[in-house]
Amino acid sequence: MTHTPTPLSSILLVLFASVIGSFGAVFLKLGSQHLHRGIIGLFNWQLAAGIALFLGSSVPFIMALKHGELSVLYPMVSLGYVWTMIWSRILFREPITRGKIGALALILAGITCIGIGGR
Amino acid sequence: MTTAATPKSSGTVRRSNRPLYMVFGCTVFAAFAQVLLKFGAQHPAPALALGDTATWLPFVIALATNAPLVFGYGLHAGNAMLLILALRDGELSILYPVYALSYVWVSLLSMYFFGESLNLWKNLGIALIIGGVGLLGKVSSRA
Repeated sequence: MTHTPTPLSSILLVLFASVIGSFGAVFLKLGSQHLHRGIIGLFNWQLAAGIALFLGSSVPFIMALKHGELSVLYPMVSLGYVWTMIWSRILFREPITRGKIGALALILAGITCIGIGGR
Repeated sequence: MTTAATPKSSGTVRRSNRPLYMVFGCTVFAAFAQVLLKFGAQHPAPALALGDTATWLPFVIALATNAPLVFGYGLHAGNAMLLILALRDGELSILYPVYALSYVWVSLLSMYFFGESLNLWKNLGIALIIGGVGLLGKVSSRA
């Protein structure tokens, strides 16, 4: 099997997409804190920003897919879990434990394997 | 604002695993939504030329009457609500990676609906993800 190598520009675009997506998760978490005020709490700018960031993160991803290979790029989106763990530590004071790091390592390895298997 | 969501338990209070189960449900729904979108993508759609406004309406009508597509996006939207509810009461750094479980369901559903086969790498990947999510479950009940 010969594959055209995935260009660096595609990889950088996907990294960018994963960072945007991780901020999407952060804003969903921020917005979810308004739900204690009932259903009306759903309409807040943090939730809107979270959803917009999630949708927006697909733009650089799709741009990256034009020249790169899905089986390489798709697993890289899951790097967003790593960024999210860092932001959660900083913003929500959630501890980074050995268990969480181990779980993330297993999940990233698993998604990479599925990417390889999808070739 | 955020301290209310993730109270440091005093050791005697055992945190509820409910948010974790909610995200678990999310991953199942997300996988079905993904399958619906794939079915929707197989529907024929008229050509769209952005410069030609006459092609806009038929294109929009084709999308809006594409039932699998509409239900797929609807399921994704309902899913987002469930995820937000779960995030309200749980740790983001635990719940968000659990979402990776949807890769597992998509692989299994693709086998059933689209005749895609599992190979050694996919099986290994599925096993690793399940192991990772299981570990997160353990971390969550201890936190």
